[in-house]
Amino acid sequence: MPTSPDSVTHCPPEAGQARPRLAPSALNWLGVVPFFLFALLFLILPTATLMIGAFQDANGHFTLGNIAKLFDDSILSAYWISFEVSAASALGGGLIGLLLALAAIQGGLPGWIRPTLMTFSGVASNFAGIPLSFAFLSTLGRMGLVTVLLRNYADFDLYSTGFSILSFIGLTLTYLYFQIPLMVLIVTPAIDGLRAEWREACESLGGSSLAYWWHIALPILWPSILGSTLLLFANAFGAVATAYALTGSSLNIVPILLYAQIRGDVLHDQNLGYALALGMIVVTGLSNAGYIWLRSRAERGRE
Amino acid sequence: MAIAIGTIYFLLPLIATFEFSLKMNRDGYSFEAYKVVLSDPGFQATFGYSTLMAVLTIIVGILLVVPTAYWIQLKLPRLRPLVEFITLLPLVIPAIVIVFGYLKLYNSSAWLPLTGNDRATDFLLMCSYVTLALPYLYRSIDAGLRAIDVRTLTEAAESLGASWPSILLQVIFPNVKSAILSGAFLTFAVVIGEFTMASLLGRPAFGPYLQLIGANRAYEPSALAIIAFLVTWASMGLIQVFARNARPARKTA
Amino acid sequence: MAYLTINNLHKRFADHVVVHDFNMNIEQGEFVTFLGPSGCGKTTVLRMIAGFETPTSGHIRVGGEDITHQSPQKRGIGMVFQSYALFPNMNVTQNIGFGLKMRKCDSAEIARKVAEVIKLVELSGKENHYPHELSGGQRQRVALARALVVEPRILLLDEPLSALDARIRKNLREQIRDIQRRLGLTTIFVTHDQEEALTMSDRIFVMNQGRVEQEGRAEMVYTEPATEFVARFMGNYNLLGAADSQRLLGLSINGHLAIRPESIHVLDAHSQQADTLAGTIRQHQLLGNIIRYQIESAGVTLQVDRLNRTASDLMPAGTEVRLQISRDDMREVR
Ligand SMILES: Nc1ncnc2c1ncn2[C@@H]1O[C@H](COP(=O)(O)OP(=O)(O)OP(=O)(O)O)[C@@H](O)[C@H]1O
Ligand SMILES: [Mg+2]
Repeated sequence: MPTSPDSVTHCPPEAGQARPRLAPSALNWLGVVPFFLFALLFLILPTATLMIGAFQDANGHFTLGNIAKLFDDSILSAYWISFEVSAASALGGGLIGLLLALAAIQGGLPGWIRPTLMTFSGVASNFAGIPLSFAFLSTLGRMGLVTVLLRNYADFDLYSTGFSILSFIGLTLTYLYFQIPLMVLIVTPAIDGLRAEWREACESLGGSSLAYWWHIALPILWPSILGSTLLLFANAFGAVATAYALTGSSLNIVPILLYAQIRGDVLHDQNLGYALALGMIVVTGLSNAGYIWLRSRAERGRE
Repeated sequence: MAIAIGTIYFLLPLIATFEFSLKMNRDGYSFEAYKVVLSDPGFQATFGYSTLMAVLTIIVGILLVVPTAYWIQLKLPRLRPLVEFITLLPLVIPAIVIVFGYLKLYNSSAWLPLTGNDRATDFLLMCSYVTLALPYLYRSIDAGLRAIDVRTLTEAAESLGASWPSILLQVIFPNVKSAILSGAFLTFAVVIGEFTMASLLGRPAFGPYLQLIGANRAYEPSALAIIAFLVTWASMGLIQVFARNARPARKTA
Repeated sequence: MAYLTINNLHKRFADHVVVHDFNMNIEQGEFVTFLGPSGCGKTTVLRMIAGFETPTSGHIRVGGEDITHQSPQKRGIGMVFQSYALFPNMNVTQNIGFGLKMRKCDSAEIARKVAEVIKLVELSGKENHYPHELSGGQRQRVALARALVVEPRILLLDEPLSALDARIRKNLREQIRDIQRRLGLTTIFVTHDQEEALTMSDRIFVMNQGRVEQEGRAEMVYTEPATEFVARFMGNYNLLGAADSQRLLGLSINGHLAIRPESIHVLDAHSQQADTLAGTIRQHQLLGNIIRYQIESAGVTLQVDRLNRTASDLMPAGTEVRLQISRDDMREVR
């Protein structure tokens, strides 16, 4: 044992205890206690207490009243707008991100494109939140560069068409900025998993390029594609900062409603807040359950 | 073609933001907005606070995740699906829901009043950031551990008489250093501008500061966005650098 | 004219030439092997025949038709990949039927042919299994069946057995050879295992650094190596340089002298026979039915194989012996 005797000297008794491979697993479990304790305290219990709160009234008695209030028109419409924005940005981001990744990986483009796209995707997918909303205000806001350029040079008033950065389209366009690169990042491993020999085997058996995509590549990829899209959906559905900085409390989407609710800006009904949170978990949970299920299917297929 | 359109879509907002950030002086382009921002004590204080938070988050996150991932691979592979599931939960449960849960569970009259004073709230905020970082940290570290043969390395070290702490510190850590570092920079990028948690826990972090400036000023937000973009870019650039250096290291491992 | 002819084939990747001036002719129904060390260009030649790589120059013809620039789909050449390359999203039946589907056969015919070939490769009962539910040997047989079922003009096999363990390998190679004979398939088989090449092939092409070093019938290549490289690669030839053969045997040659270990006779030290060499046993190795001795003679160490008949045959190190080598068993190689 030539390296660092000092770290050895104080350890033997401890090592002697931890070492036996055949010892009852109690000691083994000790190693993961900190992690599970942390997860319990800062992830699971807080969520669970909200879920329980959703079914209680202010005095702690069981009630379905909070859940019923979710079906108020104004709240329902908030869920609906959230759903629309999330779905639109997930579908758009999923499709465009997939095409970009395919083009960069399999499109026979120059070699430097791929690492550049990957690095940029890493940056852009994390460039969410408040700075992103500033960037889009500077671009498509009333005084934004594109808006001004269009007005001055193309004599086209973007805002006269009813467009607003605060609208469904504006928000979707903004979300796409991080959704597309996120898709590129998470779908790339799956595309890399397509082996060159599959295409060659297909060709030598008489299959055209179209046949390859239709019968082999897409069936292999689709669980990853759909799963990644579901993840994008959850990602957009829970996003607060971008929308809040962009629109303040003026846009009626669920995360903002909940934010305002917690801050006590608008209405103040704790238990309704819990129900709102529960609704969000249900929506994102369903889409992520879909993701996990599809991913395990995709992995099962791999040799 | 697709790449060209993509490039325009992604560069245009950056260019527009940059252009806008230079217009603070009426009589032409200048870096006035940057000067104002950088000399604002609020900027310095909140950016410093968030940087400190990010560093603490990274340290605590690594100390939490590395031993767990290592232990799971070595001793309790059965638990892997469960642990993986838990680490993915922060992607399922929106941050705003998690922090709402904290407010309910740890409010000043609760059994563990972590929101009672500022230090405790800082601790809670850091824990919330560790939670947010969990999916990124766990995935990159777990992948790094899988790339080396953890079991054989551990057994080799054991047979040479190494104790558990020295196995972890001298054998395992150095071999997954680059995976840890890339997880760390990703965490940094996520934490530095985080808004929801910090705002709802009422701590003076960079995210809420950005929001405040955005609501009240015209040109400074653009300058801040460019700065934030550069910080993100630097984090990602460092990940690339470490990922590149990691390859030869893994081959010899 | 031969069925498959390749003329002056060259392949260059960026700055280095991987295949030089490759020529060969194969008759219909023949089973030939490309044998050579790793990296010598076997796969590259195969991929050019299949159409996955374009030759830098040269021509490939099948039945008189130039296919050098034809697309892989139109060549009708079957390929079995080293890594199987089964489609993971399809079960055994779908994998095997894929080529027929691409040829727009009707489903009844596909079902019939697939069932037939499944019986041929002995995979009955596995029809609905997915690749990940099969063993390595079974996967390889699916890959073989998939290539066979479309009745290719030529079948290419790229080290199809190298990922399998020794027993399955022996089994499967007999099966492959058997099917090939029954169907009369023109086949090229790639391997770097000389035993595999010797047992399976009608003809062997020994390749080295992108060239054909020697071609010939299996037994010829083994007993009559044309070059030093082939002698080293094919057997455990003793190779003597010019100086050694002059000193030891009084022969002046260019290149090398190749002597097979089993062609050297060991006589006892008092033997009075003419034309023998004095030697001393240095070491021995037991190889089952053969004992391989290292015998030193005039400063040269020779390998000599003797049958291992009884335990008392074994000669310990230090034993003095005389060696007899017939002139007919010495081959001069380049
Ligand atoms: N696409 C390529 N680009 C550059 N060089 C290549 C390419 N494909 C093969 N080579 C080189 O060509 C040479 C021959 O490769 P090839 O795959 O034909 O060897 P092989 O005889 O099949 O070896 P093995 O027995 O290991 O499979 C190698 O030196 C290899 O590095
Ligand atoms: Mg090869």
